[in-house]
Amino acid sequence: MGDAVLLWGRLVGAQIRSQAQYRVSLVLEILGAFLLSFIDFLAIVVIFHNTPRLAEWNVQEVAFLYALSSISFALTDLLIGHLDQFPQKIRDGNFDIMLVRPRGTLFQVLGSDFQMRRLGKAFQGIAVLAYALSVLHVHWTIARLAVLLVSVPAGVVIFASVWVVFGCMAFWTTDGGEFTNAFTYGGSFLAQYPIDIYSAWLRRFLAYAVPLAFVCYFPALFVLGKHDPLGLPRGLQVVSPAVAVVATVVAGCAWRFAVRHYRSAGG
Amino acid sequence: MIEVEHLAKRFVVRRGRFRRQRHVVEAVKDISFRVERGELLGYLGPNGAGKSTTIKMLTGILVPSDGRVSVAGLTPSRQRIELAKRIGAMFGQRIQLWWDLPLLDSFELLRHIYKVPADRYRTNLARFRDVLDLDPFLHTPVRQLSLGQRIRGELTASMLHGPELLFLDEPTIGLDVVAKQRVRDFLIEINREDGVTVLLTTHDLGDIERMCDRLLVIDHGSLIWDGGIAELRERYGAERTLIVDLEEPAPPLEIPGARVERVDGPRQWLRFRGSASELTARVAASARLVDLQIAETDIEEIVRRIYSEA
Repeated sequence: MGDAVLLWGRLVGAQIRSQAQYRVSLVLEILGAFLLSFIDFLAIVVIFHNTPRLAEWNVQEVAFLYALSSISFALTDLLIGHLDQFPQKIRDGNFDIMLVRPRGTLFQVLGSDFQMRRLGKAFQGIAVLAYALSVLHVHWTIARLAVLLVSVPAGVVIFASVWVVFGCMAFWTTDGGEFTNAFTYGGSFLAQYPIDIYSAWLRRFLAYAVPLAFVCYFPALFVLGKHDPLGLPRGLQVVSPAVAVVATVVAGCAWRFAVRHYRSAGG
Repeated sequence: MIEVEHLAKRFVVRRGRFRRQRHVVEAVKDISFRVERGELLGYLGPNGAGKSTTIKMLTGILVPSDGRVSVAGLTPSRQRIELAKRIGAMFGQRIQLWWDLPLLDSFELLRHIYKVPADRYRTNLARFRDVLDLDPFLHTPVRQLSLGQRIRGELTASMLHGPELLFLDEPTIGLDVVAKQRVRDFLIEINREDGVTVLLTTHDLGDIERMCDRLLVIDHGSLIWDGGIAELRERYGAERTLIVDLEEPAPPLEIPGARVERVDGPRQWLRFRGSASELTARVAASARLVDLQIAETDIEEIVRRIYSEA
């Protein structure tokens, strides 16, 4: 395990070094991503310009929710955003290369394309979080701080697992990119808003099927000390790490199953 | 080193735009062969014959539909990672090097992926730098390398961990004559001196003729030849062609022991077995000869004939 982390560090390090060779371009790209992702947030500001509350949430609370989702999403994107291009790897058969190396294939995919420019969105999420916390007057307890700190890594793992599961589609469809995007980008978009604004079926889908509600909705309720408008058990608000573990296991099994059905490409 | 028994691979494909029908394509059907340690053998076949599919089953990329495979005592699809440590693989049309990194960085990363001890890595790399002449482009990003340079890099990449068995899929594809020769010399050297077993697929008969003692030929998923190159030549290549230029166009010559294969103006192609001088004398007796030449049957021709017989 330690060895794998070290190797991942080397794989990523080599890519960072090569991207850092064009320093100005890299800085501009990070800055661009940083500014561009404010457009998302602007949409939220526009909504609240017209209405003081969305369900039982005010603009600061939704900003907090948005920031949690945004940071987790951006870090996931940084880690495995290139899963987007995975169908291409399957189609041209370059996945073969990973199969003849003495390492796990999912691990190799994770280390294969690390794009520093995606940090821009994470910085934006942190900026929004700082703003939200500065205006929200959270009554901090150790438990609340712990839930906040754990919710980001747990959120990354949950997002990443969802991406991997849908990325597995590529083994059959060889071109499932758009379908996968509906759940990855679409999912992160849905997670930016409090799920109680959605209709019941979508809520259940987000809470239980694709567990994105655990990325930020439930942790946010806990940290902000909000009463759950849906009246769901309070326990759900602190189980994100456990959900992350389950999601990892599911994603791992899906991946293993998919690889056994890999058909490669001709030539 | 390699044992293959009744190996088969079937793919299900769906055809048709609206009413999709399932078709089963048998890419490889019922193949059996053995490869001993230290062999350098060629695996030949036309496009889509099942060459790559076989190699992919031997390296653990594809799971066989039927039959048994054992490579270095392991079952590839179940012990993929164990096997990967002991074999090297290079696919001429796939890139295993990191596109944006200098060549040397790719080697460094591979060293850690394969957990090659530092001293062994240094010795191996020093040798490949020397034999494959890597020094001029060792610090160049892979995307800037010429095809020949990249293939030399890829070969090094697949050999750095010191595999006992090397799979090469079209290693010389697209290379010029000089680069091809360099790759061939290198493969012969690691086979003779280090005892590395090499199995290579190729379209290039020159590769086979210069490197391999044994040849497997596959067509439509079945093995149609497994044996030495000399025997192959003897069996299918005993016939030669005498090309004669006559003084003026004539109807096909009728000479005992030969048959005219082609006529083009005053030039005629006669296929024959046995002594060329006897035949030449007979031709000279029945027509006025200007010039003549004898063509040996090359492997390409032989393979074409096996294909058409099979």
